[in-house]
Amino acid sequence: MEVNQYLEMFIEESKEHLQACSEHLLELEKNPNDLTIVGEIFRSAHTLKGMSATMGFEDLADLTHKMENVLDAIRNEKIKVSPEILDVVFESVDHLEEMVMDIANGGDGKRDVSATVAQLKRIELGEEAVQEVAVTAETAHPAIENMLEYDSFEQTVIAQSAEQGFNAYEILVRLREDCLLKAARVFMVFEILEKDGDVIKASPSVEKLEDEQFDQQFYIAFVTKESAEDMQKKLMKVSEVEEVVVSVIDAAKLGQSQYSEEVAPVEEASQPVEVQDKNEQTPAPVQAAAPAKADKAHAPVGNKTIRVNIERLDILMNLFEELVIDRGRLQSIATEVNHGELNETVERMSRVMGDLQTIILTMRMVPVETVFNRFPKMIRQLSRDLNKKINLEIIGAETELDRTVIDEIGDPLVHLIRNSVDHGIENPTARRAKGKPEEGTVVLRAYHSGNYVFIEIEDDGAGINRDKVLAKALAKGVVTQEQASVMTDKQINELILASGFSTAEVISDISGRGVGLDVVKTTIESLGGNISIESTQDVGSTFSIQLPLTLSIISVMLVEIEKEIYAIPLSSIIETSIIRSSDIMNAHNQKVIDFRGKVVPLVFLEEIFEVPRKEQQDDEFHSVVIVRKGEKLAGLVVDSFIGQQEIVLKSLGNYLTNIFAISGATILGNGKVALIVDCNALIK
Amino acid sequence: MTNAVEQESIKVIVFQLADKEYAIPVSHVQGIEKLMHITRVPKTPHYVKGVINLRGVVTPIVDLRERFGLPISDHEETTRIIIISLEDMEVGFVVDSANDVLDIPANAIEPQPEVVGSLEEAFISGVAKIDRRLLILLHLEKVLN
Repeated sequence: MEVNQYLEMFIEESKEHLQACSEHLLELEKNPNDLTIVGEIFRSAHTLKGMSATMGFEDLADLTHKMENVLDAIRNEKIKVSPEILDVVFESVDHLEEMVMDIANGGDGKRDVSATVAQLKRIELGEEAVQEVAVTAETAHPAIENMLEYDSFEQTVIAQSAEQGFNAYEILVRLREDCLLKAARVFMVFEILEKDGDVIKASPSVEKLEDEQFDQQFYIAFVTKESAEDMQKKLMKVSEVEEVVVSVIDAAKLGQSQYSEEVAPVEEASQPVEVQDKNEQTPAPVQAAAPAKADKAHAPVGNKTIRVNIERLDILMNLFEELVIDRGRLQSIATEVNHGELNETVERMSRVMGDLQTIILTMRMVPVETVFNRFPKMIRQLSRDLNKKINLEIIGAETELDRTVIDEIGDPLVHLIRNSVDHGIENPTARRAKGKPEEGTVVLRAYHSGNYVFIEIEDDGAGINRDKVLAKALAKGVVTQEQASVMTDKQINELILASGFSTAEVISDISGRGVGLDVVKTTIESLGGNISIESTQDVGSTFSIQLPLTLSIISVMLVEIEKEIYAIPLSSIIETSIIRSSDIMNAHNQKVIDFRGKVVPLVFLEEIFEVPRKEQQDDEFHSVVIVRKGEKLAGLVVDSFIGQQEIVLKSLGNYLTNIFAISGATILGNGKVALIVDCNALIK
Repeated sequence: MTNAVEQESIKVIVFQLADKEYAIPVSHVQGIEKLMHITRVPKTPHYVKGVINLRGVVTPIVDLRERFGLPISDHEETTRIIIISLEDMEVGFVVDSANDVLDIPANAIEPQPEVVGSLEEAFISGVAKIDRRLLILLHLEKVLN
């Protein structure tokens, strides 16, 4: 099916256009009088309509069309923007999104939207008289018989473009009889046309034209802002073109003529009246022209980019991972052989691969914007549902993250934002009472720092009520009284991330079934990140998420225990150190050391991992890797350090799941598998 | 595996464990490998020997002798790893030796005999008698769960 190959692109682009619609709608809500924004929305909607009709998703095209009508009326100042109208338009966009999602999931994009359609119609209807005027203005064009037949969609496109001040032409191009490269000429004709406007239809079809399956002439239906005369002149410039006849398509007559078209004799139509400049008659409002021009000016400026299927990037990444493993192998061989030139070559190759890795990784980077951009609409909806006034500020949306992380981070963020809006921001009355502005602010911030990306969700709401959290935690048995007495404020704040926790007095739909935040925590930790909370009562809270830039290739420190090699992610390591046996102290049955003035518990990996020992050692010195999880530290005791290495993260498969303190595996240079230590599990 | 009985004949890989012969349908077998370095994975059931690097894929290894509670023997020259794929899992079985590929006619398969026996009984989906050989058909889902 020829349509299928475009489906993916269609879905991608539809999403982009819908996203643009929502963004501009939100903007419009803030500046209801700015008609250029309406123009922007209209453009996105218009393109979406065209695409979906071409792809045969009639429902999608239909709803977009209805929405477009309303937008058009707003743009032409026939309707005033009001929250009610925007609600309906938002609803339409929601429906459209659902439809596109359905199509993306293999559905047919059908959906019952009759209620929304009726509402759109009702809004639009008051203005019917005015629209009629526009149509009568159209009929002032000289009446012309058209050669091509237009289906209802094409008719709408023609009618719509006429409303926007585009001229619709039917162009007859006749090539010379001795024309040798017919397909090439067709291509040149289309190239000229596509520079100046859009081809709606061609007869014979474009495929046939490209295959030279036509005699000497063909017809094209075309919308443009250029005059008929100019188009004709331009097309005549193409070599081997004998004749170009440009005639106007009368949008108003299209509908009626449809019935008679089959009867219409060919002779009559083959003598179309040549049309002179029609530009002075265009009934289009000025606003329409501006965005259309902006669009054109924008297109050629764009960076030289290409769309690449994500699958290909994944394959590239996989191949590169293979290379990383082989590099490790080569390095270990080179060390064994110790041959000068070999060493040099391996070293140079390693450097080049380092550069290559940077490029591949950055290629897979996606701005967090792709996740963030759904939040403004969500906040809008939430603030309505909860009767709160909330302003969302997004900072650093251009910050880039690996695609694998982006895919996973969406849901946790939704949860956290809902949590901030629901539990954080107070209702306007409460805020007034506290002397805060009625409108609460939620700041969503992303930035890079070192090998990490930080995402913060900050609200100026009620903050976390320490006593309430503690009381609840005690009641639910999350902590014991003894534990509670020694906990810092930060630790208490973080209790709300524990499972089975919900402090909201009224459980709402938005958040607060207590299943949320611990899931957030688990997800983020499974991504190799961590989450922390800062909160001051009545001032606000900040949830801070730290995420690694990428998940597939990480730097680790290889350590040895007996004959087994384990990898400890560098991101968890603070430093390594050698300690004397006499430095080890006992506290509550836990061996600890004094590390830079801090008491750090020791974890003997040998015991945790039940490493079989041939003989008991009693070394005076111990190698310790100091690792951290948030603020907490631990010292992992190993036999020896091997060194630092870049490794490719591999999963242990579906048979072995949830292995304690092991987050995955990797393949070493010698082809053996080494396990990756999950430091988060080792620090309680 | 479970619907083996309905089929006319099934192709199986035959392998040896202690003194008995077992069979697994070829459709579930990804390959047979010589013994290679197994990396021990801590805190797993005793019969999970660890993981191997199977051409870049980290594959878990189950020792069938230990799984069936048979006496443990040292790995020898004939010891093989049979790579099984079941649903979305890939697992390697350590066996004493992999002997044969056979076609078993459906009518040669009988339900598992009602003898009170060893642990392995729970993992059997049937037995097949071919010539003078008795093949024990494994129930892979049960072996892996």
